[in-house]
Amino acid sequence: MAAAGEPIIEFRGIRRTYGSGEAEVRALDGVDLTIRRGEFVAIMGPSGSGKSTAMNIIGFLDRPTTGTYLFEGKDVSALNRDQRALIRRHYLGFVFQGFNLLARTSALENVELPLIYKGLGRAERSALAAEALAKVGLQGREHHDPSELSGGQQQRVAIARALAGDPVVILADEPTGNLDTTRSREIMELLVRLNREDGITIVMVTHEEDMAAHAGRLVTFIDGRVASDRAMPAREAAQ
Amino acid sequence: MIWETVRLALQAILRNALRSFLTVLGVVIGVAAVIAMVTIGQGSSDQVTASVESLGTNVLILRPGRAMMGPGVRDDAPEFRLADAEAMSTLSVVAAAAPVASSTLTAVYGNANATTLVTGTGASYLDVLNWPVVRGRSFADAEERSGAAVCLIGETVRQKLFGNTDPTGEAIRLKSVSCEVVGLLQAKGASTFGQDQDDTIIVPIRMLQRRVTGTTDVSSIRVALAPGVTTARGIREIEALMRERRRIGIGEDDDFSVTDMAEISSMLTGINNVLAGLLSAVAAVSLLVGGIGIMNIMLVSVTERTREIGIRLAVGAQARQVMMQFLIEAVVLSLIGGLIGILLGLALAYVAAQLMAIPFAPSLPVVLLAFIFSAFVGVVFGYFPARSAARLDPIEALRYQ
Repeated sequence: MAAAGEPIIEFRGIRRTYGSGEAEVRALDGVDLTIRRGEFVAIMGPSGSGKSTAMNIIGFLDRPTTGTYLFEGKDVSALNRDQRALIRRHYLGFVFQGFNLLARTSALENVELPLIYKGLGRAERSALAAEALAKVGLQGREHHDPSELSGGQQQRVAIARALAGDPVVILADEPTGNLDTTRSREIMELLVRLNREDGITIVMVTHEEDMAAHAGRLVTFIDGRVASDRAMPAREAAQ
Repeated sequence: MIWETVRLALQAILRNALRSFLTVLGVVIGVAAVIAMVTIGQGSSDQVTASVESLGTNVLILRPGRAMMGPGVRDDAPEFRLADAEAMSTLSVVAAAAPVASSTLTAVYGNANATTLVTGTGASYLDVLNWPVVRGRSFADAEERSGAAVCLIGETVRQKLFGNTDPTGEAIRLKSVSCEVVGLLQAKGASTFGQDQDDTIIVPIRMLQRRVTGTTDVSSIRVALAPGVTTARGIREIEALMRERRRIGIGEDDDFSVTDMAEISSMLTGINNVLAGLLSAVAAVSLLVGGIGIMNIMLVSVTERTREIGIRLAVGAQARQVMMQFLIEAVVLSLIGGLIGILLGLALAYVAAQLMAIPFAPSLPVVLLAFIFSAFVGVVFGYFPARSAARLDPIEALRYQ
């Protein structure tokens, strides 16, 4: 494990193109970006700016066309599908705008999902999942189905799922996009707490300034490039 | 991990129990049909073997007329005579030769009557057929020679005329002849062709010829070969004797036929096997259709669960694991179908066996084969949907609405 403050995600001249020839679309056009352990980075940008593509590459769901991606200092640009699945399994946690919980499956079993693929036994899974649910303030709701939970609670289950696998980085893709202001603030406070207390690096895509204000750093994408990259004012001030 | 996957598969199947059941219906029907067919086929073939054995082993039947005559077709071949049977029983290859003539008559006892087949023959007939008298006695030589008015009755006739009382010593009336019942034959059950063999009365052949039919014709001769004599040799010697007795010149065809019971038995078994084969082929087609049904629903299920697959991929499932999940789901599904089919098929076969009065003969190898085959159907028809699930792109899958 690298020490706090070391680069954990490094993009060097990352390009991602779709199609070829005349129809070629450059979603990312030479991106250099370094994210250090323990950071809370917000990514903003208009639609089509490449922020989602960048998130997919950071999250090992996609691969750069050219350029180098260093993860914990190792070149991971050319990993195949299964190798990328292993990185997701052991290092990453995902939180989505639409929660993406399994329907008709209890909160506990949803949170256990990544642990199944980690190969943990039932008892251990169930204990870790319950712990993660307690951490997001959902103790007592372990056996509720997603349909019996509010939007804010569902997103907490999703965060618990991301947390259960003991990730190095949590990737949040518009985590408050489907929530009202109060629930949104609660979710953001939860993410901030995980970042501060557990030292989990968080990368979050958002299009709301208010949400980005919770982060320590704001990266803005325009036309497939990093347009601005600045530290945010102290978060205490934002609250 | 594998048990985990099986558990997951069961969960997914039970989550949509009705649809799962409809999905496997094809396999259920296919397996049930195969199991029922094979079990019923085995039962009736056991029945054939048993009833052919009850006709006596190493037994030949001689009939006048050329072999391969269709029903209703007659030629002018002369009937046999009693002397033919007597001559035949002097051959060293023959243990017993019984002349047979028969007539359908109504037997009357008090107020009861029974219309039945009356067979005129001798005590040797019972030896040839291995048919013991359970109460009373068989015919005495003197009774046979003189054509005395005595008879042996089968169990069915006894039930009709006497109920459960002892019939021996009673007199029944056959046409105008009063006839003393001297013995009761052991119950034999239905024959290969479904006739009730116990619905019969046996009288000395001379009695039938003189007092009932008024002829000296013998319609067939049943021959039991001596122990150790091969059927081929027996037939050869009997044919030679009969050709001489019936004055058939060299080069002329026989005007009588010799049928070997083993031949009839193997013919019937053959028919049985062909039928079972045909029905099994139909059942196999039904299994194939069942498999396609599973593939269909699994493909729909993959599409429906695209988002779930996306989530699983995002949290670190490898393509292989997603593939295994869907493959095992298909296998578990078709195994459940196979299991239901096996139980249903055995139940059907049991009911059919009761109705057809044949033995219920379930076969463990066939049941195991059906079970393995339904797993095989799951693998074959689950493979394509599972592969398409494993090939999904996680980004696309997560975006799927």
